[in-house]
Amino acid sequence: MIDVAFHSVTKRFPPHIVANDGVSFEIERGTVHALLGENGAGKSTLMNILYGLLQPDEGEILVRGKPQKISSPREAIALGIGMVHQHFRLVNTHTVCENVILGLRSTSFFFPAEKVRSRVHALSERYGLRVDPDARIWQLSAGEKQKVEILKVLYREASILILDEPTAVLTPQEVEELFRTMRAMKEEGKTCIFITHKLNEVMEIADRVTVMRQGKVVDTFSPTSTSPEELAEMMVGKKVVSVVPKRSVSSKAVLELKGVWAMGDKDLPALLDVSLTVREGEIVGVAGVAGNGQKELAEVIVGLRRVQRGHIFLDGRDVTLLSPRDIASLGVAYVPEERSIGLVGEMSVAENLMLRGYAEPPFSQGFWVDWNKVEAYSEHLIARYDIHPPLSEMPVRLLSGGNRQRVILARELERKPKLVVAANPTAGLDVQGVEAIHELLVRAQEEGAGVLLISGDLDELLKLSNRIVVLFRGEVMGEREKVQWTEEDRHSIGLVMGGIRI
Amino acid sequence: MNLEIILGVLNRAMAYGTPLLLATLGEVYAERAGVLNLGVEGMMMLGALGGFVVTYLTANPWMGIMAGALVGGMFSLIHAFSAITLRANQTVSGLALTLLGTGIAGTLGRNWEGKTLATPIRPFSEAFLARCPILVRMIFKDIDVLAVGGVVLAVFLWFFLFKTRPGLFLRSCGENPSASDALGINVWQVRYLAVFFGGVMAGLGGAYIAVAYRPAWSSGMTQGVGWLAVALTIFSFWNPLYALVGAYLFGALFHLAFRLQVLVAPELLNSLPYLFPIVALVFVSRLAFRKKLGVPEALGKPYKRGETG
Amino acid sequence: MQFRVEPSLQSKASSIFLLSLLSIVLAFLGSSVIFVFYRVSPWEAYLTFFHGAFGSWYALSETFKRAIPLLLVGVGLSLAFRAQVLNIGAEGQILLGAIAATWVALFSGVPSSFMLPGMFFLGFLAGAIWALVPAVLKIRFAVNEVLTSLMLNYVASNLVLYLIGGPWKGKGVRGFTYTDTFPEAGWLGTIGTSRVPYFTLLVGVVVAVAGYFFLKKTALGFELRVVGSSPETARLLGISEGKITLLVMFLSGGLAGFAGVGEVAGIHHLLRHPSHISLGYGYTAIIVAWLARANPLATILTAFLFGALISGGDALKVSLGIPFQVVSVLNGLILFFLISTELLSRYRIVWGSSRGGGAIEP
Repeated sequence: MIDVAFHSVTKRFPPHIVANDGVSFEIERGTVHALLGENGAGKSTLMNILYGLLQPDEGEILVRGKPQKISSPREAIALGIGMVHQHFRLVNTHTVCENVILGLRSTSFFFPAEKVRSRVHALSERYGLRVDPDARIWQLSAGEKQKVEILKVLYREASILILDEPTAVLTPQEVEELFRTMRAMKEEGKTCIFITHKLNEVMEIADRVTVMRQGKVVDTFSPTSTSPEELAEMMVGKKVVSVVPKRSVSSKAVLELKGVWAMGDKDLPALLDVSLTVREGEIVGVAGVAGNGQKELAEVIVGLRRVQRGHIFLDGRDVTLLSPRDIASLGVAYVPEERSIGLVGEMSVAENLMLRGYAEPPFSQGFWVDWNKVEAYSEHLIARYDIHPPLSEMPVRLLSGGNRQRVILARELERKPKLVVAANPTAGLDVQGVEAIHELLVRAQEEGAGVLLISGDLDELLKLSNRIVVLFRGEVMGEREKVQWTEEDRHSIGLVMGGIRI
Repeated sequence: MNLEIILGVLNRAMAYGTPLLLATLGEVYAERAGVLNLGVEGMMMLGALGGFVVTYLTANPWMGIMAGALVGGMFSLIHAFSAITLRANQTVSGLALTLLGTGIAGTLGRNWEGKTLATPIRPFSEAFLARCPILVRMIFKDIDVLAVGGVVLAVFLWFFLFKTRPGLFLRSCGENPSASDALGINVWQVRYLAVFFGGVMAGLGGAYIAVAYRPAWSSGMTQGVGWLAVALTIFSFWNPLYALVGAYLFGALFHLAFRLQVLVAPELLNSLPYLFPIVALVFVSRLAFRKKLGVPEALGKPYKRGETG
Repeated sequence: MQFRVEPSLQSKASSIFLLSLLSIVLAFLGSSVIFVFYRVSPWEAYLTFFHGAFGSWYALSETFKRAIPLLLVGVGLSLAFRAQVLNIGAEGQILLGAIAATWVALFSGVPSSFMLPGMFFLGFLAGAIWALVPAVLKIRFAVNEVLTSLMLNYVASNLVLYLIGGPWKGKGVRGFTYTDTFPEAGWLGTIGTSRVPYFTLLVGVVVAVAGYFFLKKTALGFELRVVGSSPETARLLGISEGKITLLVMFLSGGLAGFAGVGEVAGIHHLLRHPSHISLGYGYTAIIVAWLARANPLATILTAFLFGALISGGDALKVSLGIPFQVVSVLNGLILFFLISTELLSRYRIVWGSSRGGGAIEP
C-alpha cells in the first residue's frame, strides 16, 4: 500500500534556484522512509510542499492513491499528515497542552487546555514521550521540546509523520529514545518520513531510503542492500577529500579560562566554574548539545558577556573585564553562530570586510575613511578567500551562506589572530562550503593560532580537534586529547554530552 | 467621609478614563495578535467625527456610537493591509494612519467645527439612581451606560483572551506566527480581525468623546488620548484587566489636573497626563524588559510564510 | 501576455525614484475625494495648488520659506533614522528652540551684536537637550523613543501656551496671547523683499551636504550606519549603541531647535501659538526624511517638495476654502504609498510566459 507518491514535482525559487527538479518516488505505509541528502539538496522544500507550506510549480502528489492539491497545513493535517519541523514551532510562553491544541477547532471553547490534559498524558505514556503537560515551553530542554512537537502530531491522529532533521539537537542517547518512539509508531501502522544527512542513522532506522542531490532524486532503495560509503557517494556525488589538521602542538597557552562563572539570558547561571586552555597551534573542540553554555562560553571569551567570577587570560594577560573591541584588538577573531550578527546584510562586501578595521590605519587616521584603500583591500581579500560573486559593491545579504561565512572568516583571519573562536561555523553549509571553512580554520592553526571550535556536530569535532572538551549544563564534564579519534571515543563523548560522567 | 472621597474620585476616573479604556482594549488585542498600531489617535479622531456627524444628522446617539465604531474599524484596515499584507514597517504605517486620520477629520469636519449635540448620550437618570443603593448612586452619578459597558467589556475581553480557544489562538499569532500557521491557524485572518477590532474600539472611544463625554465637535478633541492608549497598552502588560486599572488611574489624574487649576496654571497641568506615562514607561519597560511580562514575542514583526520565527 | 513577480537582486536608484514619484501622484489622486467633498473639481484644486506652490515669485518664495525648517529638521531626522532611532519629537524640539531664542531676544539682555548668535546657539542646545530625554530613557530603561518623544511634543506645546499666556505675555498685546516683538537685532535678514531668511537656507544646504559626507566618508558615520542596520553586529564590534543614539538625538533635536529659532527670528519675530510657529514641520519632516530614504543630500529635494506641498495647501485654503489639514491628508497618503511600495522595490515584474505558480508570495 502506497501512502504518498510524488510525480515529477518541481519547485523553483526565482530567479536562479530550482529546489526540486522533477522529483518522483513512493513511500509505503507503515515504514520508516529516510530522505537523505546534503543541506540544500531540496529535502525540506519537498516536505514543505507535502505539508502545504509551499506549492509546487509542476507535478502532483498522491496521498493514499488520490491526487491531492495541498494548499495549506490545515489541508495536510486533514489528510493525516503531520510535520515535526527542524526549528521547533512552539509558543514559548504557552504550556505543553496549549501548544498541543493550537489550531484545533474540535477542542472545548472554554478552558481548552484544561480539557485535554488526560489525553496528552495517555499519548505520552503510550509512545514513551514523557513530558510535563503543564510545563511552559521555555522551561523545557531541546529533547523535551521535540517530544511536544511529536505529541502535537500524534494528537491530531496523523498517520504520516514528517520528521525534519530530528536528531540535530539531540544527544546520542536521546536519539535512541526517538528511534524507539519511531518504531512504536511504525508498529501501529504509521508512516514516518525521516529527513537526515547522517548515514549511520539511515542504516539504523530506515526501511527504505531516497537519496536526493541538487534537487533531484538519485535513487530509492533499501539501505540493507548498500553500505554507508556507497550512500555517502550517492549523496555527495564525488569523493570528499578531507583536511587533516596539524597534530603537533606547542605548549604555550594562548587562552586560559580559570573558574569562570557567567549568567545566561534568563538570569540563570549558564557557565559554572569553567576552566579551559587553548594552546598555540591547537584546535580545541567544544562538544555538547546546543543550549548547554556554548553560546555563553564564546561570548564570555570575546567580551560580549560579563564574567561573574573567575578570570580569562590571553597570552598570559588578564582580559576578564576588557571590552569586545579591546579583546579583538589583542588578536581574538570571532565567528559567531548567527551569521546575521557577524555581518551587516544591507552593507556591501567591502564594508563588511572593513567592520573591524574602519577606524585604523591604513584605512583611516581616525576621522575620515579612505574608501579607495578599502576597495583595493576588499578586492584582494575577495580573490584570496575565493568569495563569489567577486563584487565588492554587492550587499552581503545576496550572497550564499557559504560565501557569507567566507566574508566573515576573511575579515577575522586576515588580522592574523592569536585565537579564533568559531561557533558552529559550518552549520547549514553544503559539503564544499564545509570543506572550505575547515581548510581556513586549519590554515589559521598552521599559522600558529589557537582555535576554539564550538560545534553541535560531533563528527566535525572528531575530524578537526586535537582536544575535545564537553560542556553539559554549563560545566566542563569531560576532556580528552587524542591523535586519532575512534568509534569508541565517539560513543563515550556522546554519553558525556548526555550528562553521564565516565 | 474618606469613602466618599474615594468614591468621588472613582466616579470621576470612570468618566474621564472610559475613552482611554475603550481604545486601549482594542490596542491590546491588536498587539496580542502581533500587530503594533500607532494609528490609534487617527482612528479615534475619525471615530469621533463619524459619531458626531451621524448623531447630529439622525439625532440618535446610539446610531452615532455605532457609526464611530464602524468608521474606526474600516479605517484600521488600511493599516492592516500595509502591515499584514504588504509587510510594511508597522511603526511608520501607524504614524501615517494618525496623520491621515487627523487630516481627514480636520478637513471633513470643518463644517461642524464648534457645533454641539442636542441629543448626546445621557447619564443615568436621577430616577434610576434613586432606586439604587447609596454606594452605587455615588459611583454612577453623571455616568452613562457606556462607561459601565467599558468595565464589563474589559472583564469579558480578559476572559476571552486567556480562557477560551479563540483567545489562545489569537495570542499564539502574536507569540509565534509560524507555529500557529503550521498548525492551520490562518495568521493573516486572525491579525486582520484583531486590527479591525482595535479600530472598532478606537472608533468607539473617539465616538464616546464626541457623543457622550463632550458632545461637541472640534478637530483636536481627542487631545492625544490615542497616544496615551498606546502607552497604556504597554504598562498594562497587554492585559485587559490591568488596562482597566490603568485607564482609571489616568482618569483620576485628569481629574486631579482639573482640580488643581486653582493652584497651578492649567497649561502646565495639561502636561501631566503626558508626563505621567513617560514616568510609568520607565518603571514598566525595565520590568517588562527583564521579566518579559506579557510582551508578545512577534510584536511588530511582519509574518511571511517560510521564515521560521 | 502574462507576468511574474520575482525578487530583484538590488533595489535600483531609478526604481526607487519612480516609486517615490508614483507615491506622490497616488496621494494626490487619493486626496481628490476631499476636493469633491468640498464641491471643488480636483483639476481646479490641483491647478490652484501648483500655482500656489510654483506659479509666481511670491509662490516660490513661500515654498522656500516652508522648505527651510523641513530641510534642517529633515537632515537631522535622516541621521536618526539611519541609526534606527525614531525621533518623532521634532515638533516639540522646534518649539524649545523658539522658546530659547525668545528668552535670549527679550529677557537675557545680551548686547545686540551677540543676540542672533546667542539665539541660535541656545536654541540648538535647547532642542538638543529636549531630545536627549527620550534618548537617555531609551538607553537606560529601554523605553520606546517613539512614545516618549511624541508625548514631549504635547508638553512642549503646553509650555509655549503657558509662557505666552502667562509670564512672557507681551505688554502691548492686550487680549492676544503672544510675546512682545523682538528687538531688530534679533531679526534675520531675508533675500531681497521676500520673506526667505538666507542664513537658515544656507545652513540647511550646508548641513545636508555635511550630513551626506559624514555618513558616507567618516568612521563615525560608518559606525552610525552599522548600529542602524544591525545593532547586534555593532555590539559584537564594540560600537556603543548608546553613544550613537545620544549623538543622533542630540543632532536631530539640535537642528530642530535651530529651525525653531529660524522661524521666530526670521518670520514671526515673537513667540506665539505653537500651531503658528510650526505648521507641523516636525511631523512633515519625518516624511521628508523617509522619502529621501534617509539620505541627507536627497532631503534638499524632498524638503523643497514638501515646502511646495505646504504653500500649495495654503493656496487651497485661501482660494478655495479647503481646510489646511488637507496637507496632513496628503502627508499621510504619501507615507502610506511609500512604505507600501517599498516591498515592490525589492521585487521586479517580469513580463513573459508564466511557469505554473510563479510568484512565491503567499
